[in-house]
Amino acid sequence: MQELDYLKESPSQTAGPYVHIGLTPNKLGIEGIYPFDLGESPIKEGAQGEAITIIGTVQDGAGMVMRDALIESWQADAQGIYPGNDPRGAADPNVTGWARIIADFDSGEWTLKTIKPGRVPFPDGRLMAPHIALWVVARGINLGLQTRIYFQDEDNESCPVLQRIEHRPRVNTLIAKKTAANTYRFDIVLQGENETVFFDM
Amino acid sequence: MTLSDKVERGPLFFRDRDWHPAAYAPGYKTSMTRAPFRPLVSMGSTLSEETGPAFGHSMIGLLDNNLIMNFTGEPAIGERIIMHGRVLDEQGRGVPNVLVEIWQANAGGRYRHKKDSYAAPLDPNFGGCGRTISGPDGAYEFLTVRPGAYPWPNRVNDWRPMHIHISVFGSGFGQRLITQMYFEGDPLIARCPIVNTIGQDKAIQALVAPLDMNRAIPMDCLAYKFDIVLRGRRQSFFENRKEGL
Ligand SMILES: [Fe+3]
Repeated sequence: MQELDYLKESPSQTAGPYVHIGLTPNKLGIEGIYPFDLGESPIKEGAQGEAITIIGTVQDGAGMVMRDALIESWQADAQGIYPGNDPRGAADPNVTGWARIIADFDSGEWTLKTIKPGRVPFPDGRLMAPHIALWVVARGINLGLQTRIYFQDEDNESCPVLQRIEHRPRVNTLIAKKTAANTYRFDIVLQGENETVFFDM
Repeated sequence: MTLSDKVERGPLFFRDRDWHPAAYAPGYKTSMTRAPFRPLVSMGSTLSEETGPAFGHSMIGLLDNNLIMNFTGEPAIGERIIMHGRVLDEQGRGVPNVLVEIWQANAGGRYRHKKDSYAAPLDPNFGGCGRTISGPDGAYEFLTVRPGAYPWPNRVNDWRPMHIHISVFGSGFGQRLITQMYFEGDPLIARCPIVNTIGQDKAIQALVAPLDMNRAIPMDCLAYKFDIVLRGRRQSFFENRKEGL
């Protein structure tokens, strides 16, 4: 028999307690190496769409708010086109789509200021509800966790990804709650009763 | 940000969850409250995972990949090493334009971080981070000092082997990965609870960089070679998915 000659993905290891040294050194107070930290904002001046703010925390299984969590977000523009390598064409030039978000070192709260993304097609052509993809790392997380932010004021029922979640009450953990005009709340719970849905996609 | 020459498309290979560390690994105590208990929701990748941010070579400063010099301009203390290798995908192809970011303790095993109270001193000339973007064939390199081993609060006498933390982006957000590189011959590797969150020895060995005398520079520095592998992408003429699943 011939041998399959695929390589294996590099195994993950935890980001550890000092991830900010590598990914956001300026925010940690290590200044002078990079002029600024990457991923300060997913949008630039003039980005089209509804400006929104999402505020949240990351909590562990003991109910502790994690002050060491680092999140990255990835989203489409208001038309549902991803910047960079979307096969359907070019996105709004003022949407970079990617942000690096850190929990506040004192309060543990994180904030994402962006525009609401448009609907993006699922592989079969049906549209997914507007969402922002997240990747969460911290000390104690051995492989970065994939999840998504959906929005309370959108039609989420028809989203082919959310439809795959068999335990229906858990869908709620992926939906950001509107707390004021253009403002949402999204708390991520790593473990326990209200554990956020994490994906393997 | 620039678009890479060859636009990468297609669904991502499924992650082999038995190859990666388990989320819940009691030997690494912090994982016990930070591991999800419920099963992950598994499905094929969508455009949200298959697309990703692009990074351009122009954003990288001249000394960004030189951790010996990039903090103050005066050299850091320690064993000078080149860390180099290629970023590949699971099909073995070099992946260009990958942002590779690293961070590490200094030669004494101390991080520039207020939460690190280890007795080893800070090196005034060592910041502890670097970054680069892979070349057309996926190659990358850093000049740095070999980090020291350090103790950490887990069991009473746990020590991290010498290691460098590594963060990489592929062309899709679903390829996002953080890992650590270890050094050939370090007796602390086998004793480390974080290393041992990985269940298979073959997978652990994939994170151990061999000494590479071909890349060492005589009278200057040693070298270690470390290839990084990202999730591959499925490519097929039968991949026209408009008709449904
Ligand atoms: Fe470390």
